[in-house]
Amino acid sequence: MMKNTTVNAPKFQSVKKTERRSTIIGYITLAVMSIIWLYPIVWIILNAFRTEFNDQGQLIGIVVSNYIPKAFGFDNFTNLFNTTNFPKWFMNTLFVATFSFIISTFMTLSVAYVMSKLKFNSRKKFLNVALILGLFPGFMSIIAIYYILKAMNLTQTLFALILVYSAGSGLGFYVAKGFFDIIPNSLLESARLDGATNFQIFLKIILPISKPIMIYTALLSFTGPWMDFIFARVILGETNSEIHTVAVGLYTMLYGSQSTVDPNRFTMFAAGSVIVAIPIVALFLSMQKYYIEGVTSGAVKG
Amino acid sequence: MNNQHNNNQSMISWMLESILKFFKRFAQRIYHICKKIVCGIVDWFVNFYQRFFKASIPSKISHLVMGYGNLARKQIVKGLLYLFIEIGFLFVMITSPIINSTPIGFKALINFITLGTLEGDIFNPTDNSMLMLLFGVVTLGIISVFFATYFSNIKSSVHLDDVLKSGKKVATFKEDLADLLDSRFHITMLTPAIIGIVTFTLLPTIFMILIAFTNFDSQHPAGQVLFDWVGFQNFKNIFDGQSEISVRFLPVLSWTMIWAFFATFSCYIAGILLALLINKKTIKGKKLWRTVFIMTIAIPQFISLLAVRSILSEYGPINNLLMTVGLVSEPVKFLGTATSVLTARITVIVINLWVGIPFTMLMTSGILMNVPADLYEAATIDGANKRQAFMNITMPYIVFITTPYLITSFVGNITSFNIIYLLTGGAPTVSGGYKAGSTDLLVTWLYKLTIDENEYNVGSVIAILTFILTATGTLIAYRKSKAYKEEETFQ
Repeated sequence: MMKNTTVNAPKFQSVKKTERRSTIIGYITLAVMSIIWLYPIVWIILNAFRTEFNDQGQLIGIVVSNYIPKAFGFDNFTNLFNTTNFPKWFMNTLFVATFSFIISTFMTLSVAYVMSKLKFNSRKKFLNVALILGLFPGFMSIIAIYYILKAMNLTQTLFALILVYSAGSGLGFYVAKGFFDIIPNSLLESARLDGATNFQIFLKIILPISKPIMIYTALLSFTGPWMDFIFARVILGETNSEIHTVAVGLYTMLYGSQSTVDPNRFTMFAAGSVIVAIPIVALFLSMQKYYIEGVTSGAVKG
Repeated sequence: MNNQHNNNQSMISWMLESILKFFKRFAQRIYHICKKIVCGIVDWFVNFYQRFFKASIPSKISHLVMGYGNLARKQIVKGLLYLFIEIGFLFVMITSPIINSTPIGFKALINFITLGTLEGDIFNPTDNSMLMLLFGVVTLGIISVFFATYFSNIKSSVHLDDVLKSGKKVATFKEDLADLLDSRFHITMLTPAIIGIVTFTLLPTIFMILIAFTNFDSQHPAGQVLFDWVGFQNFKNIFDGQSEISVRFLPVLSWTMIWAFFATFSCYIAGILLALLINKKTIKGKKLWRTVFIMTIAIPQFISLLAVRSILSEYGPINNLLMTVGLVSEPVKFLGTATSVLTARITVIVINLWVGIPFTMLMTSGILMNVPADLYEAATIDGANKRQAFMNITMPYIVFITTPYLITSFVGNITSFNIIYLLTGGAPTVSGGYKAGSTDLLVTWLYKLTIDENEYNVGSVIAILTFILTATGTLIAYRKSKAYKEEETFQ
């Protein structure tokens, strides 16, 4: 072993050598890890384009052990578009995501601003109640939410889903509040001296400088509806596939309504997944900077 | 020998002492809180009484006819608003309008206590106990909102008394509206959020807590069979050690804790190591490596986890690989019903690494770049080498600053739903397991019990217990965190 890096004998040559060796080991570790982390993604993509037929000439949709499919084609995609309501699901999700991200972003930011920069009587009380309420398992109340929506005649509508996604956003203000806390109060004071109202301060000072946190909040609330299948499945129901979102639709397609897998639809599921994942991943990667900023500020502040 | 005996004794007495001290402090705190509450209530009544006698005639009438104080001082719109709220409230309470064949209002309060009395027959439908409970809560909510408006009406009227006394001008409706954008901006901003939270979070949460004290289960479907209050019976059932559910409760709880422990620490350690590796000076392409891992965060979990699940399935590529290499002679059942409990549990913890490491890596990357540079300088001046600097500076700093994150992620893992639900669905199953499989966490069990099995009351009890678990953890994390301690200093 050439581990001569102790303080007593720092031979320049060997230090450089071990340095280089540890770098190489580092690269190898990273490469292996990247392969492990990317493999499921690559595998889904391969399966989406897999076009293998059995003896009767039917498309094989089940999981097979081949690493690389024997033939490629777009049959899974055409099947997905022809036999299911996938285009409809996609538009539904886009609709829900767009509205709930606009409402949620606005609500989250306004609550965060109020909690961070305005003084009023029950401020501390509101903070504590919000903290405690956020700790109840979300889907514990899902049954009650379902019946409240039913009393309002709203179940099995996309509107209900938008309501549910954006209604809770008032509680998720902690990260944004942490962001506003750092904005110096002197900035607001001087504006107030110039006669600006709190509304003007929010509109003209706070909003323009809170672009990073705005994008972070918007990103999370926009991608949420694409990922959630728990709330959506209960609220939209399993029977009417016209109103499903992509998550509910694809999940129900694969698992049927009795939670038994229909293994022959796996490649179709993969095809749908690819279509769903591409815009979301693109969005995430292009907004990476803001995402990391938001996540880490949440971590350090707790 | 004797010495040790003495030591043990002093140890025990010290422990007893500290336990006693703890209880003493606890009792003192409870006493103070009770005193504060009682004093508060008495003070409130005294104040209310005094205010009433000091108030002007219109303000006194405002105690009975809401908005009169405003109307008498020409604040027409505001006064009418108050008046309409009062009339509307009384109208709803007295007439008890019927929604979905269940009344809301005064009758709902009675139903809230009885939870329905009418057993149905061919001609009459059974009372819907569930809706009665829900509307009872809604009515109580309406009443408290009404009282809040009622007191704001008195306050507003008394405030007008003061304004007139000091000879100032009464604010017009326009000025009041302008106020909502300035000194009372918080009301404007919070109202939509509060309405949303109350309807879709607070109300359902209270409702589900109440369900835990009823016998609303699969034997009592709403609208077909009446259900009733049963007090703490459901809680007793879970802890009595005999009923089917209590036999399964402890195993699920302990697996939840084991899972949370391993899932948290394995991701924490591995994530930090990965972050250190990527941040190493000699490693190039930092952004590329980071992007690879962020990509796995971006993909919806129902896609990535189902992909992982099928990769690990009996005829999937991993088993194929293991068999070609010759490590196993027949496919390993990593997940699924026929799997051994240990294999399934290890598999989910390992797959959780795939999900969790990128997160921790992201979190700690930011922190690593912010290790105060002067700490390093001081260390190098003192003659520390790289490893020493790492062990004595970087590591303690990371551990110190990520402690709140560690606790939060532990709590997050207690309630981590997707991984278990999508990978195993709780399987392998346990016979007579009250629907709880061997990899089921409290939350997935609770989901199955309520959504699939309609055992709402048991589900609620489990939810409440989960809440107690997570709340304790979060409160500790919150109190430890810088954000809480510095909340005021920032202001």
